[in-house]
Amino acid sequence: MSTRRRRASGRVAYPDAHGTLRERTVQALADDTLRGNLETAAASWGESRDAMRDRARDIRRRNIRELPALLSEMQAKVREAGGTVVRAQDGAEAARYITGLARARGVTVVAKSKSMATEEIKLNESLTDAGIEVVETDLGEWILQLAGERPSHIIAPAVHLNRGQVAALFREEAGTDDVPDDREGLVAHARVRLREKFAQAGMGVSGVNLGVASTGTVCIVENEGNARLVTSQPRIHVAVMGMERVVADWDEAAHILQVLPMAAIGQDAANYVNLITGPRREGEADGPEEFHLVIVDGGRGALRGTEFEEALSCIRCGACLYSCPMWKSVGGQAYGSPYSGPIGAVITPLLEGPASPASRDLPFMSSLCGACGEACPVGIPLQDLLVRARARASSPATRRSAVAFRAWSRLWRRPTTYRACMAGWRLMLRARGKGGWVTRLPGPGAGWTQVRDMPSHWPPRP
Amino acid sequence: MRTCLSDAVAPSVWKASRRVLERCGVQVRVPRAQTCCSQPAWTTGQADQARAVARHTLEVFAGPEEVVVPSGSCAGMVVHAYPEMFRGHPEEETALDLARRTIELTQFLQKHDLDPGPGTSGPVTMHDSCHMLRVMHESASPREALTRAGCELREMHGTDRCCGFGGVFSITFPELSARLGEEKARAAVESGAPEVVSCDLGCLMHVAGVAHRRGIPLRARHIAEVLDG
Repeated sequence: MSTRRRRASGRVAYPDAHGTLRERTVQALADDTLRGNLETAAASWGESRDAMRDRARDIRRRNIRELPALLSEMQAKVREAGGTVVRAQDGAEAARYITGLARARGVTVVAKSKSMATEEIKLNESLTDAGIEVVETDLGEWILQLAGERPSHIIAPAVHLNRGQVAALFREEAGTDDVPDDREGLVAHARVRLREKFAQAGMGVSGVNLGVASTGTVCIVENEGNARLVTSQPRIHVAVMGMERVVADWDEAAHILQVLPMAAIGQDAANYVNLITGPRREGEADGPEEFHLVIVDGGRGALRGTEFEEALSCIRCGACLYSCPMWKSVGGQAYGSPYSGPIGAVITPLLEGPASPASRDLPFMSSLCGACGEACPVGIPLQDLLVRARARASSPATRRSAVAFRAWSRLWRRPTTYRACMAGWRLMLRARGKGGWVTRLPGPGAGWTQVRDMPSHWPPRP
Repeated sequence: MRTCLSDAVAPSVWKASRRVLERCGVQVRVPRAQTCCSQPAWTTGQADQARAVARHTLEVFAGPEEVVVPSGSCAGMVVHAYPEMFRGHPEEETALDLARRTIELTQFLQKHDLDPGPGTSGPVTMHDSCHMLRVMHESASPREALTRAGCELREMHGTDRCCGFGGVFSITFPELSARLGEEKARAAVESGAPEVVSCDLGCLMHVAGVAHRRGIPLRARHIAEVLDG
């Protein structure tokens, strides 16, 4: 039987393996269409990380430039699809709206999927104060809710806890020791407990990874399937979106939805990509009766056109956290703000204002090693933004450092005074040095010798 | 450019750099009037004070020569931060010009294919300083220089990981800084080499200082000193 297949033209589509390999290469080289096809295919598959980042950066920079128009379009399309859109100037306004809505509809239990925006607007506190039960349904978030803690990572909120700690929390919640402590067993246990809550919830609250302006669709990516339940099971779905999280169309969305899981956890695609356009329509089998999109400004709008505008490109993938030696050393909770790591150190002061306690020193908790900027899939120059954030910070410490650096500047811009400083410093090192090392330095040097010695001779003596 | 850290703690570093360059037949001028690139003030957010000192550096290094810096961090400051620092200021062009002419020591050797001849032989491990790696985007030139000099390079685990120095950061968050420094010192020792080498003196002062305090047996030298022999 001949294995030859022929196209309509009658040309051999799959050359038989007769003739030498070289002959076959010559034959293939003569086919311009083939080469074109292969190049197109290779370009679409083999897009390099750099190329993907460049494209993602361009998309996001453009989105931010065109933000007001994109948001108007988004708003119009969501309304067309039967949804409600609310623009909240700040977190308090957003939380007030959602809590008011829950009260008005007689909701007693709210099921939530993972959302940093709801952390930012302190929604759980607001709902709980109103006597409404809030259940986090993302496994990590539920663990934290049981522990009474805040997320330590944008994507993996409970990454700082181990299996044993989780099992203990589950036992406490269930009021029984009959909880397994292997991974699968813990997940199965959580699944059963959480399913019960889904059935009771009158309102589901989710975040939004991306809004697509051209169709008014919100995209929510996840790996556990809980966001799908949160957005489809309860009668009301409220999606909370930071105002910068909007792209123009599906071309852009497709790229960002590919970049996001890759940067977040090295995954080619998220397990679940939920695309939601308005509430349930007539004839549809499931979905909520009401869909509310709450778009939160919370200080973002004011960043457009400033030296911090690039921070708005962030797609909250968490890659900068995992790359950061500081975050890896202390975890996200030490930051004391919903957003931790390098992006948190940049945007927290911007969103909360320079006077907030977390804002005063967060930008300074970095060695400016630049690993974050390198890891960022949308090319935000985080280390540069950290330096700019430092320039904007205002606290007693920054005022002291301003005074110190004014003196420094006067001494170090002139060679004679600079050389005198250096000679004096070297003399001091020699005078205090024992065996080649100084173990206590005065003034600002005390911070150095608190944890390490200073060589009085170089190369240092072992 | 001598760098202020070399002036303050290790004049042997800039002197070794000069000898290495001269051995390659390079005509070297070390302007006596130079002070500091201003990085400590810039990264602390004191832009005006930084600019005042950087302006002096622009004046000192005016002229057509290439400016060779035995530090990835100070070179990176001039190359990467000066253009932003002087954007919209009268010195903008001068700053851009200096940024174009500024290069780190081993990059300069590689660029001009210069071989200073044998340096210290024996095993060393190399710490990639963050600013050399991620601001100057260079990890090859120091390794090539070390190999050429006759060193046996033993790579440590996580050579591209920050040592925790971070300039002023090292005294504002000392515990965090020291934790990373200790990890770096231990990784260096585990490489099997008795000595850690880097293009940045700041990292070395910090890692050696932490190692000494914790009793970790590790020697440290700037790459210029190793190339000098």
